[in-house]
Amino acid sequence: MPNLNINFAGIKSPNPFWLASAPPTNSGYQVMKAFEAGWGGAVWKTLGVPVINVSSRYGSTNYRNTRMAGFNNIELITDRPLIDNLKEIEEVKKYFPDHAIIASLMVESKAEWEQIIKDVENAGADGIELNFGCPHGMCERGMGSAVGQEPDVLETIVGWAKEAATIPVITKLTPNISHIIDPGLAAVRGGTDAISLINTIKSIVGIDLDTYAPYPVVDGKGTNGGYCGPAVKPIALEMTKELAKHPDIRTTPISGIGGIETWRDVVEFILLGASSVQVCTAVMHYGFGIVREMEQGLVQFMNDKGYETIYDFVGKALPNVTEWKHLNLKHKVVAKINADKCIGCDLCYIACDDGAHQAIALPKNGSRIPEIIDENCVGCNLCSLVCPVEECITMEKRDDGTQHVTWDEKTQAGTIPTTFNDDRAGGKGHYVPKPTDALKV
Amino acid sequence: MAEYKKPTTEQEFEVNFAQKKPLMNPTQAYYESSRCLFCYDAPCMNACPTHIDIPLFIKQIHTGNTVGAAKTIFDANWLGNACGVVCPTGELCEGACVYDGQDVPVIQIGRLQNYATSHAMKADVTLFKAGADNGKKVAIVGAGPAGIACACELRVLGYEVDIFEAKDKPSGLTVYGIAPYKITNQEVLDEMDYLEKQLNYKVHYNHPITTAEQVADIEAKYDAVFLGVGIGATARLGLAGENKEGVIGAVEFIEDLRMKHHEVDVPPRVVVIGGGNTAMDAASESAKMGAKSVTLAYRRDRESMGAYGFEYKFAIATGVQSLFNATPVEIVGNGRATGVKFAKTEVRDGKLQNIPDSEFVVNCDLVIKATGQGKQATFFNLIKGLELDDRKRLKVNLENYQTTNPKYFAGGDAVNGGAEVVNAAYEGKMAAQGIDAWLNGK
Repeated sequence: MPNLNINFAGIKSPNPFWLASAPPTNSGYQVMKAFEAGWGGAVWKTLGVPVINVSSRYGSTNYRNTRMAGFNNIELITDRPLIDNLKEIEEVKKYFPDHAIIASLMVESKAEWEQIIKDVENAGADGIELNFGCPHGMCERGMGSAVGQEPDVLETIVGWAKEAATIPVITKLTPNISHIIDPGLAAVRGGTDAISLINTIKSIVGIDLDTYAPYPVVDGKGTNGGYCGPAVKPIALEMTKELAKHPDIRTTPISGIGGIETWRDVVEFILLGASSVQVCTAVMHYGFGIVREMEQGLVQFMNDKGYETIYDFVGKALPNVTEWKHLNLKHKVVAKINADKCIGCDLCYIACDDGAHQAIALPKNGSRIPEIIDENCVGCNLCSLVCPVEECITMEKRDDGTQHVTWDEKTQAGTIPTTFNDDRAGGKGHYVPKPTDALKV
Repeated sequence: MAEYKKPTTEQEFEVNFAQKKPLMNPTQAYYESSRCLFCYDAPCMNACPTHIDIPLFIKQIHTGNTVGAAKTIFDANWLGNACGVVCPTGELCEGACVYDGQDVPVIQIGRLQNYATSHAMKADVTLFKAGADNGKKVAIVGAGPAGIACACELRVLGYEVDIFEAKDKPSGLTVYGIAPYKITNQEVLDEMDYLEKQLNYKVHYNHPITTAEQVADIEAKYDAVFLGVGIGATARLGLAGENKEGVIGAVEFIEDLRMKHHEVDVPPRVVVIGGGNTAMDAASESAKMGAKSVTLAYRRDRESMGAYGFEYKFAIATGVQSLFNATPVEIVGNGRATGVKFAKTEVRDGKLQNIPDSEFVVNCDLVIKATGQGKQATFFNLIKGLELDDRKRLKVNLENYQTTNPKYFAGGDAVNGGAEVVNAAYEGKMAAQGIDAWLNGK
């Protein structure tokens, strides 16, 4: 049995599964229930200045029959009294001394930061998370993402927190910036013990077609919300990787957040450098019980790969994430259709013909099993992605693996194409049908 | 057997004839529509005789444009609502669904279709209106699916349309001949009302065309005539004792059942003779009407039956027993049928022959003949120049459904010899376009 324990910047937790600061961690009742269900840690719903929440708070992006493929909210930080939250933190810690409770905080002045840090430390919190992420409501008041978007301000406040805190400080970043490295570096400069990301992405999930108001609609009006859920995972993975690869940030522990729902998501974040993960939307959708699938899958993965601790594979995919210019231009894959599995939907044909590189033909004999035109196939994968049948279209390696040349190498060797007519230009010899061939189809 | 209690009230009838393809609720439609792959050049669409753009209407249902879905359906098939539930979809659209290639349940296209059209009908959405009057008039004989489809299409094109119908309800066999578990009378007639309200063709009910004078009158008054007269009553078998009481044609039996429901008294023992879909219906209906024993007798083997496999299985599931390789030779009984005398058959020298001295009697109280319907030859004789093929079907040009008398067009069972509602709907529509082209010298 692998050991799932983590020591995240000094915060100990029986496993890397934490609840993100959000509605599921709004009360001691919920956090206790979560720990009972198997979660290792919880970042308490953000404590801070007094707020009033609106009614109608969440909106969702449904894709086909999938509810909440994306999710957004306009809920603010906790609206419960600070004293109640502090008492409940204390009580939960009594029952679960070995689980991690991190207090998410959001206040304005230095004095407020000092006071609230003292309060949560007294309540027994194991760590602090600075909420510099919320892209709705609080940012209008100069907090949340307003801080996360200003590296200098962020750095200053991290400094205040570090000065005041005796427990580890995690800085939570907003993705609503053009370059995640800037706030990441600012957090490190401020002395943060760890970084968590991503907070939600500024979003409008839809418009009511009768009232012309964005969801969630509050009495005929709406505002941008913060987007999360499975749809944002790719963005979160990319930003996690950016920080984890950066020479000045990579020694800072990262807690990965964004669309995590299954063990696969967990493993992917860990492979890109996260050493704890935080979950919200999946719990809001399915309840705390989903952790059992995550845990079982993670254990299975670690057993299969022979890992004993999480740290055996933290960041293991990072060496393989490189810049485009370092990709091997000699690598060649070509699609292959397994005729025995093909059901004849011909989505690959039309996707390739209309949406890609005209490298799939339909047989003239009326058969619905398409054929790959090898010489036209650029190996883009599209057909294999649209194919609804498991393992029906595979991408077959065609190069012999002996050749390796990258754009970077070519640049250095002075062999990159310099004009469009250059014979070395990529698409020059590539087949495309005549424009008027479209009229014959 | 006796799975079914003899229905004595309308409610009991409805229980026994529960709809095989009940109306989907919005949640069912949402999930089912989400599964469609939106195939390129979709096989389901090509398998539909009316070529409904199925992937489109399914996507429309899924995106909450259910009215648009109904429009897509009716654009291709004027009897789109009935066809959703009465079509043998497993043999047509659903039979072509590519999911079947990986043993994934196919999309319930028929029910989705019926869901969309039912929605438009219930909401009374106006999807169509008659075209600007073009001053020309077309007469239609028969308000069956072919006639109604032809009328709708002609109205859109601006023709004035009069339909002459012998019975007192429209839709022909859709209301009079379809098995009651496939569609209710009300649902059939609701679609008829829905179409008639939008397109304002005139139906003259209880107005059979039986004389040369009537034909001459129609010819004089109308620019073209569409014949959607279907096929006739159940044909005589020429058996000894066929005229006894308790011997009825399947078409007549089913019509009686559809019109009178639980008031039809089906006796305990029934023999159904025939191997087509109508025989299967008559047999399963007898069982659902509480008959204690129903025997389905067919002169050849099971593989030779004309009925769809699923219809046979359905009949068997209702408790019907089958008797193969047996041909009736006599209806026995004194004034009233008390049994059918069969001879066993075998194929000898490539021909079906009775086995000598193999006769036996199956006792029963009712004999239902589902052995094919007579043709409308007498009626066709009233019209000059109509040619019939060797199976007494009206000959038409399949490009425009024009008969050998240029003023007459035809479609439906009279032309195809007896097929599905969807085929009639398609042919009626095509004939309307044929009429329009012919009258405009196109």
